[in-house]
Amino acid sequence: MNEPIISMKNISFTYEHKQVLDHIDFILPRGAFMGLIGPNGGGKTTLIKLILGLMKPDHGSITIFNKPFEQFKDWNKIGFVSQKSNSFNKGFPATVYEVVSMGLTAKVGYLRFFNQKHKAKILHAIDLVGMSEYTYENVGNLSGGQQQRVFIARALVSDPELLILDEPTVGVDYENVQRFYELLHELNTKQQITLLLVTHDTGTMTEYATDIACLNKSLHFHGNPEEYLELSEHDLSKVYGHPVNLVTHDH
Amino acid sequence: MLADFLEFDFLRNTFLTGLLIGIIAPLLGTFIVVRRLSLIADALSHVTLAGIAFGLFMEKKFAFTLITPLYSGMAFSVIGSIFIEKLRGVYKAYQEIAIPIILSGGVGLSVVFIALADGFNTELFNYLFGSVSAVSKNDFLTILGISIFIVLIISLFYKELFTLSFDEEHATVSGIHAKRIHFLFIILTALVIAASIRIVGVLLVSALMTLPVAASMRLAKGFKQMMVLSIVFGELAVIIGLVSGYYLSIPPGGTIVMVSIIILLLSIGLKQLRYRKQK
Repeated sequence: MNEPIISMKNISFTYEHKQVLDHIDFILPRGAFMGLIGPNGGGKTTLIKLILGLMKPDHGSITIFNKPFEQFKDWNKIGFVSQKSNSFNKGFPATVYEVVSMGLTAKVGYLRFFNQKHKAKILHAIDLVGMSEYTYENVGNLSGGQQQRVFIARALVSDPELLILDEPTVGVDYENVQRFYELLHELNTKQQITLLLVTHDTGTMTEYATDIACLNKSLHFHGNPEEYLELSEHDLSKVYGHPVNLVTHDH
Repeated sequence: MLADFLEFDFLRNTFLTGLLIGIIAPLLGTFIVVRRLSLIADALSHVTLAGIAFGLFMEKKFAFTLITPLYSGMAFSVIGSIFIEKLRGVYKAYQEIAIPIILSGGVGLSVVFIALADGFNTELFNYLFGSVSAVSKNDFLTILGISIFIVLIISLFYKELFTLSFDEEHATVSGIHAKRIHFLFIILTALVIAASIRIVGVLLVSALMTLPVAASMRLAKGFKQMMVLSIVFGELAVIIGLVSGYYLSIPPGGTIVMVSIIILLLSIGLKQLRYRKQK
């Protein structure tokens, strides 16, 4: 197994007196394409928000790019496509180019302007997700699947080493979901980007992912797709049914 | 028709000031509209009125002229904007409640100062609806300074403001200091409002920030395009409004807003025409 890009130790999180995460040990190896699955309310989005620093764990420690969380400053290394990206205000007047350029805002930094290099990067990211012919179109006029690609381009433009996607295929039709996974697979193998994907469609995901983790308050399973598919119904009911304090690590 | 505006000093000040606010009001307005903060402009303009009333009161009662009503209006507007932000933090689930609180607070305070000063009819009327003859050389220079400052800050922080307006969560995750940028933005808004009130008046200042943007939103494909188009519409409204207001003896606030409304209707019509052609 490769070195971990993220490792969480003994993480717990409570939201409004409800335990959302219960003593989680979680490792995301570098180079993985990990599918994170589990029932609604199982803590998947919470886990991601903890990684992104949008929320703080009640206890436990997070190591991220080999640094303790508190010392980590290199947020450019992480790209994020949120659940909400697709529910942005469709009337917002922005071109594809403008939306993707936002991914560079923080990296370029305060009081600096985009130069030719940055502009080339933006165009390259748009090209990577196959949206070149729409570069100067209003993003609100595109289809759901196309918009999703634009948001991936926005996450890619700052050359992240880790890309986190929170249920990006919600509202995207089957055929586009397939193409979407192919794009992710390409990013994972050709661009060597580590992927962490929160998803519900376990079917398509098992074809492309290298790792699968099941989360329902505790981490119930972490292994490769073959191992996941071998899980018995009994094991799966543990994941989706009553929470059991069982942490499985197949490494 | 423009001859008078070039000949008379006071009209020239008004005209040049009008050109400046025709740039800065829609410029800030583009961010205000896309962030759904249009009503904040209204709340702040009423707080500015309180500041102006305070300045006039000091002038009248104590012959205190060091701080002109423009300055006191500006100070109140900035303080009001800070209060709005604090209130939005207190009522996290009902952030819009900050607006009626500040708006009514502003009007209430204005009434108090007006009463204390035993009223100041015509002057106050000018502040409510704008005036073509109200801009002094000093006011013009102050507003010129503010305009340069605002254009400078907006161009320096354009990419952050734009990123924040589109998706606050993403902006925060990518490492932009959302709170600080937002605070800066609110202060700029307060300054623009205080600067615009001389010409368009308290009651109509938010219109100059939102109507040109609403019109260009129908036509523009991207954000920068919308910004430029908003400024063009804003300038058109100010120039036609000021000149017609002067010749028809109507306060320019009224004429500027009416021109803006006409532009808005035309742009909606144009968009529908285009849409039908596509079909």
